[in-house]
This record gives sequence, structure tokens and C-alpha cells, in this order.
Amino acid sequence: MPVVWLTWGVLLISVAVIVIIAGLLGAAIWRRPGMPVVAGEKMALLPDEGGLRWLWLGVGLSTAVLLISVIWTVKVLADIQSPASRPGVIIEVTGRQWWWQVRYLSADGRGFYTANEIHIPVGEIVRLKLLGGDVIHSFWVPQLAGKMDAIPGQINETWIEASRPGTYQGQCTEYCGAEHSKMLFQVVAQPRAEFRAWWKRQLSSPSVPASVAANGEKSFVENCGGCHSVRGTEAAGSLGPDLSHLMQRRTLASGILPNEPSMLAKWIADPQGLKPGNLMPAVKLSQTERAGITAYLLALN
Amino acid sequence: MASTDYERRPTVDTETPDLAERLKRLWETAPGLYGWLATVDHKEIGLRYIITAFVFLILGGIEALVFRLQLSWSNLHILTPEQYDQLFTVHGMTMIFLYAGPVLSGFSNYLWPMLLGARDMALPRLNALSYWIYLFAGIVLYSGFAVGFGPNVGWFNYVPLAARAYNDGPNIDVYALGMVLLGISTTVGSINFIVTFLRMRCPGMSINRVPILVWGTVTASAANIFAIPAVSLAFLLLWMDRNVGTHFFDATAGGSAMLWQHLFWMFGHPWVYAIVLPAMGMVSDGLPVFCRRPLVGYSVVALATVATMVLGFGVWVHHMFATGLPGVSLSFFSAASIIIALPSAVGVFAWLATIWTGRPVFTTAFLFFASFILLFTIGGVSGYMTGSVPVDWQLTDTYFVVAHLHYVLIGINVFPVVGAAYFWFPKFFGRLMDERLGRWNFWTMFAGFNIGFFPMHISGLLGMPRRIYTYGDGMGWNWVNLITTIGSFLFAVGVLLFVWNVVKSLRNGAAAGENPWDAPTLEWATSSPPPPYNFAVIPTVASRHPLWEDRLGRADPQRSVVGHGLVLAQGREALGTTPLDAEPNVILKMPADTLVPVCLALAMTVLTGGLILVNWLVATLGIVLIAIAIGAWLWPSATLGETAEVSRDG
Repeated sequence: MPVVWLTWGVLLISVAVIVIIAGLLGAAIWRRPGMPVVAGEKMALLPDEGGLRWLWLGVGLSTAVLLISVIWTVKVLADIQSPASRPGVIIEVTGRQWWWQVRYLSADGRGFYTANEIHIPVGEIVRLKLLGGDVIHSFWVPQLAGKMDAIPGQINETWIEASRPGTYQGQCTEYCGAEHSKMLFQVVAQPRAEFRAWWKRQLSSPSVPASVAANGEKSFVENCGGCHSVRGTEAAGSLGPDLSHLMQRRTLASGILPNEPSMLAKWIADPQGLKPGNLMPAVKLSQTERAGITAYLLALN
Repeated sequence: MASTDYERRPTVDTETPDLAERLKRLWETAPGLYGWLATVDHKEIGLRYIITAFVFLILGGIEALVFRLQLSWSNLHILTPEQYDQLFTVHGMTMIFLYAGPVLSGFSNYLWPMLLGARDMALPRLNALSYWIYLFAGIVLYSGFAVGFGPNVGWFNYVPLAARAYNDGPNIDVYALGMVLLGISTTVGSINFIVTFLRMRCPGMSINRVPILVWGTVTASAANIFAIPAVSLAFLLLWMDRNVGTHFFDATAGGSAMLWQHLFWMFGHPWVYAIVLPAMGMVSDGLPVFCRRPLVGYSVVALATVATMVLGFGVWVHHMFATGLPGVSLSFFSAASIIIALPSAVGVFAWLATIWTGRPVFTTAFLFFASFILLFTIGGVSGYMTGSVPVDWQLTDTYFVVAHLHYVLIGINVFPVVGAAYFWFPKFFGRLMDERLGRWNFWTMFAGFNIGFFPMHISGLLGMPRRIYTYGDGMGWNWVNLITTIGSFLFAVGVLLFVWNVVKSLRNGAAAGENPWDAPTLEWATSSPPPPYNFAVIPTVASRHPLWEDRLGRADPQRSVVGHGLVLAQGREALGTTPLDAEPNVILKMPADTLVPVCLALAMTVLTGGLILVNWLVATLGIVLIAIAIGAWLWPSATLGETAEVSRDG
């Protein structure tokens, strides 16, 4: 909130400055125009007098406004550096080319991984630890907070708090390579109870029907498990997103596709067409393998 | 040549046709290709700088138009992401390094000796070297792009994205070493301006009498001496990380990604001031001519120029507010970034007061200079907004910043430069530019620029990030981007009108005469274009406005004198004066046409090429050639008086 006031404050000051200077400039120009130039002829000259009052007044006034702005800025900065209360949830977010790995930390050591969708409880301070998994990324959810970079080799901490439930859009804002534009994510703010239920579910293994698992799990582990992991299976890769509860998510491929069966099939068939340069190859699959894996993924609930 | 030659007391005399003829033979550049390659005439070099910079401006502009098409609506596929990334990177590189700085070097190179009443820059061969390196570095920097391997991670070239692990091609090696090469050009050019400022001002031109353009350029040059090493070092270290296995920027091996950002912006922010202060100086000198009075507050404006630069070294972290630095340093750099608006306010109010208390004459040059004040203000206040850390956390890396930096760079560099072109074109070529076409030129550029770039503030506030090659339909950024694209094309038409006006006026512009604008400074006391030696006898100056003195109503009995003064015509000679008071001090022997600078620049380019290709043979060849060229350069020459003893006791 103090940031909103500060933003409006400096914005209004800026607009006022532009209007005043434009007005003065226009008046100065059209107040008493001189004679047109006749090339090479001497023209009337005015003595080097007057005008210094403009400098004292203008610069004096500017000094006052700038000093106030500095003090206001430093005050707001100090106020928002640390939250008013202790954080209830701590989340580690790692920017990767080109998706977001999200890890929920828990005091009892029972954390879990998810991707591109960050659930938080409404009205609580959430502490974020930001890491750069490969290159530098920047975490930005405009409605919740300003930007904070995710830089390899250091952990940047920031915090967010949603006062209303809802879905907030986020996007990477540090240029990070070819698909920088397609590195979106969402923050989902839920009432406490709903958030707890979501958390509990994330901790469990997905309950895949036996028939589906029989057809797809083995293919999935063999073809996809090197990079992806699914809780309770041998798929334990860490290069790509954890897919344990894929069907709980609203989007695929870091916010660029809605999570629908047709989109999922499209993504598996042609990840390089949809997001050129990303780490996921178009794996050669037989018809039955493809069908089995797709059905398996659609059951990861 | 007698050793007393430097300390002889030159005769004082009035300019005669005989003398002019003798000087012309002494100073004229040889004809033909040899002369073209060997010239050390500051006017020739200055014009080449300006023309080369404009070629780069047009290339950079075309790149921008192509990616503006890509961005004009959501989900377009005119460009692939890789093409888009190379285009926006090369656009930034071109405009910031190959246009904005060099074009000002060009104007200053041409104008300084004329403004200062000197025969040439202090170090003419260094001047030629600086141009040739600039040209070759520009070609090197473009060579990768020309064959599809242009730099592709932004002009700021952040690691680790620029590291070998994430960028395997030659793209970044070309960029890195091209930048090191270009840095040499800027460095030697800056040294030349500083020495010229200290030693080449004509008698009487104490430092409180030099035009503000000179203040702007010397301030920028001094800053470059401190700023360029940071970026050259950074690029060299990056090249080593990529090619010889060092880990300066590699966080996985104990290096630091933040090190790059600090080194880059320690250079980058002072550089921003270096590429606007001379342009602001042009306005400070040109605007008063069309207000028919001296600039209000000369001393304060000169001091503000220097103050901006000093403060400019303490604001680099405002490019890094979101990198997780501690609150104390954020507060410091935030305060500095806001307070730096003060010296700018000095300039703005001085220009406003000059117009207010003057009688403005509406020429095209005046329109460009006066509109600059408004554009500068808009670019200034958006900079003030992003200087406030909590606000910047929202605005940074959005189109708001794109709007800001274009108001700064186009508003404070391009507009004054085009104004300056209208103003000094008659001096350069002896012909006036077309004023009617000039109005069309101005209004098209002014409208196109504002239609193109003002809406970027809005798209930024709507949350559109920078450097995305496309965006979703649902983001609501379609219309604002379409307007931006239309405006950018209109702006391009404006720039074309300027080019057309130049071509047209070169052929059949009206004759300009010595001083078409009735301007006050020394360059207007020579013929247009000026003779190769600039001034037949060394002028003496008694005020800031030598050509206005008799009409400013001062009681001061001292008058500036042009056309009667020290005669220096025993070979190519110039007068060296004392640093503060500009009292005659020594006769300088000036070099004649020589191929050594262009050869040295070529040799350096060979070394650069060898290192880019990591071909040690070629690199060694480059080093040998450089050694030979430097040897030739330093070989004592009789005409420069380097073979005789100088007696110090006479």
C-alpha cells in the first residue's frame, strides 16, 4: 500500500512537471517572437541581462521536490523491506529456461515440488527464496509485489501477501534467452483451509487407476523419467517439472497452454515447435506408448 | 631545423592573401586515395565520424522498424525468437555505441578547433586513429550479424546467458572483442579532447570563455577515461571465460554473475551522460543564437555539466535495483539517482529563461533545440520515477523504461544533433539547408517520435515486459503497440526527410556566407567551408562572444581580434597555450598526412580477428603489425622537430 501512494505521488509530480515546463516553454516561445532570419545579415541583439531569477526559483523549487521525494522513497523502502509479521509459508522458487520450479519448504522436512503455479494462503505473509537455476530470471507478479531477480549463485528473498483470493498472473522480466516471452506463471491465493487441503494433496502420491498405470507408467518412466519425476514411482528426474499432480494445474509449459488433453498431446508431440530451444525433446514414441503416456499423465491428479 | 624554432617569438601581423596561399599549401590534404586514407585534418575526420554515425543510425533504425512490425499485434510470427533477439541486441549496440557517441565525437572534432581558434586538434594522428578504429570496430561488430551470428543477449550482455554454457556460437566473442576495440577508439579520442581543451585554446580564451559544447565534450571525455576501462575489462574477462577457461563470471565455479553487472553499469551509466552532455552543449550554444541573446547563467550551466558527470558515477546501481542488494545501498543509489535531476534542472531553466528573455527566431534548428527541452523533461521525470526504488521494482524491465531511455537518447541526442546539423551545415559545406523542407522534417520527426514512444509509457504501466518477441492476445497490449509501430514508421519518414534535405541542399542550397545566423563564436569568423588551416593568423579572444562584442553594449574596452595576430607559417604549426588562462606558451609542430594511423588501426583489427577466431597465428601476426606501426608512428621526424635538441635555458 505505501508503494501505491508513492507511485501515484511521483507520477503526479512528474505529470505536473511536464505540464508546467511545456506551458512555460510554449509561453516563452510565443511571447514575443523575433524577426525572421535574413541569411548573412546582422540581426538585433539583446544584452546579457536578466533571467537568472528563473534559475534560482526553478532550481530552488526542484531541490525541495527532489529532497521530499528522496525522503519519501527511503521511508517506503524501509517500511516494505521486511513484512509486518512472521511469514507463515516459505517457498523456494527457481527460475529455469523457461519455467519456474517451485519448492514448498516445511519445518518437518516434508516439502514437495511443483511448477509454474504457486499456491498461497490469503492474508498471510509468504516468504519467497529466489534462485537462478541456469541464467538470470526475474520474478514478477505485478499485483502482488515488485520484481526480484533470480540469480545463479545467490538467494534473493522477498515476500508477497494476497489480501483477496484469486489467480494472479506472473511473468519472467529479466531477458533469459529465446523463450523469455513464454515464461509465465500464476499465483493462486486461496483461503487457509483450501490451501491446507491443496498442500496435503501435493504431499500424497497421485492415485492412478491400476489399468491406466499398467499401460502407461512403465513407458512414462522409461521415456520421461530421466527428466521428470512423479511421486511414488521410479520417475525421479529433476531437469524438468515435477508432474506428480499435473492435472491439478491450470496451464502447461509455463503458462503458455491451457491444461487440456488436446494441448497436452500437442505439447508431447511437438515441444520444440511450441517453444523452440527448450530442453524437452520430441521423444520418438510408438502409437501405443504415446496413448499410454498421455492417459497416464491425464490421471496424475 | 633550428632548436629555437619552438621558442621563437612569432611575428604579429594581419592576414594577407599571400599568407593564406602559403598556409593552404602547407595544410591541404593530398588529393586522391592517398589523401583520403592519410588525412589528419580534423574537419575531414569530423565529417567522416558524422556520416559514419548516420549510416549506423539508419541501420539501427531499420532493425527497429522490423521488430516493431513483429510487435505491432499479439502472436505475430514475422520473426523467429532468435531473429528477434539478434535484432533488438544489434539495435541497442548500434544506437548506443556506434551512433550516439561517435556522432557527437564527429561534431566536436569538426567544431572544437574552430570554436577554440585553433589550427587542429592537439593530436591529429591520434584523431585519425580514433576514427579508423571506430570504423573497423563497427565493421567487426556488424560482421557477426551479417552472417547470422549477431550478439543475441541484449546490448548489456548479462552473464551467464552470455557465457559459453548458454551461448555456444561465435556471437558473443565477436561482440566482446569488437567492444574492446571500439573502447580503444573512444579512449584515444577522449585523450585528444582533453589535451586539446588544455592546450589549444587561442590566446585570451580562458576556461570561463569556452563554449558550453566544449564543456560538454571535455566532461564526457574525462568520464570516458574512467568509465571505458570497466567495460573493456568486463568484455575481455568474458572472452577469457568463454575461450581460455577462466571463471570470472561463473557462479558454479566461484565466480560471480553480479560482477558483470557492476562492471558493465559502472561504465554504462556514465556513458549515458557522455552521450548526452555534448548534445546539451550544442543546445546551450545554438539556442541563444536564435534567441538573439547570450545564454542565461553560463557559469552555472558549465558547472552543472561537470556536476552531472560527477554524480553520474554514483548512480550505476539504479540499473540493478531488483538484484537483491541490501537496503542501505539501495537507499544511497536511489537518493543519488533522484538528486542527479538537479543539475539537469539548471539546464532546463537556463534554456527556458534564455528563450523567455530573448526574441526567438523560428528556424528549423531552433525548433529542434526548443523541442529538445520538452523531450528532455519527459525523459527526465520518467528517470526520476524509476530512480525511486519501490516504484522501480514495478517499472523496471517494462516498456516504461523503454520509453524513458528513448526519450533520453532520442530527445537529448538525436533532436539536438539534427538541430546542430541544420545549424552548422552552412559552415561545413557553405550552403544553407532548405528551411521549408526543414519544417516538414521537424514536425514529422516530432510527431512520429511522440506517437511512437509516448504510448510505451502506457504499455509499461500495463505491465508489458521488455525484450519479449511476442505477447498473448489477452494481455490488452494490442492497440498501444500498433500505435507505437505506426509512430515509429512516421519517425523514420522524418529521418528520411532529413537525409533528403541534406542531399538536396548539398547540391543546390543557397550560398551561406561566413555567418548566416549572425552567431557569436569563432567558427563563424572563417569562410564556409573553412580553409584547411582554419585561421590564417591566430585569433585573440576577449569574451565569450567574440563576434557580438560590439553590439552587447559592454563598456569593456578589450576586443577580440580575428584576422590580426600571431603568424605561424614555418611548416605546419599551431599555438600551444597555458591550461587555465590560455596565454601563448609554445609553438607546436603538427603532423602532415600519414598512413600510419590507418595501418595501426588495421593491425589492431587483425589482432581482434585473431582473438575472435582463437587463432593464435593471426593474433601474433596482429601483434607484430601493431609493433611495426607503433614504431613507425614514434620514429623521430625532423618536420615534427623530434630530431633536434631543445634548449631550455633560452
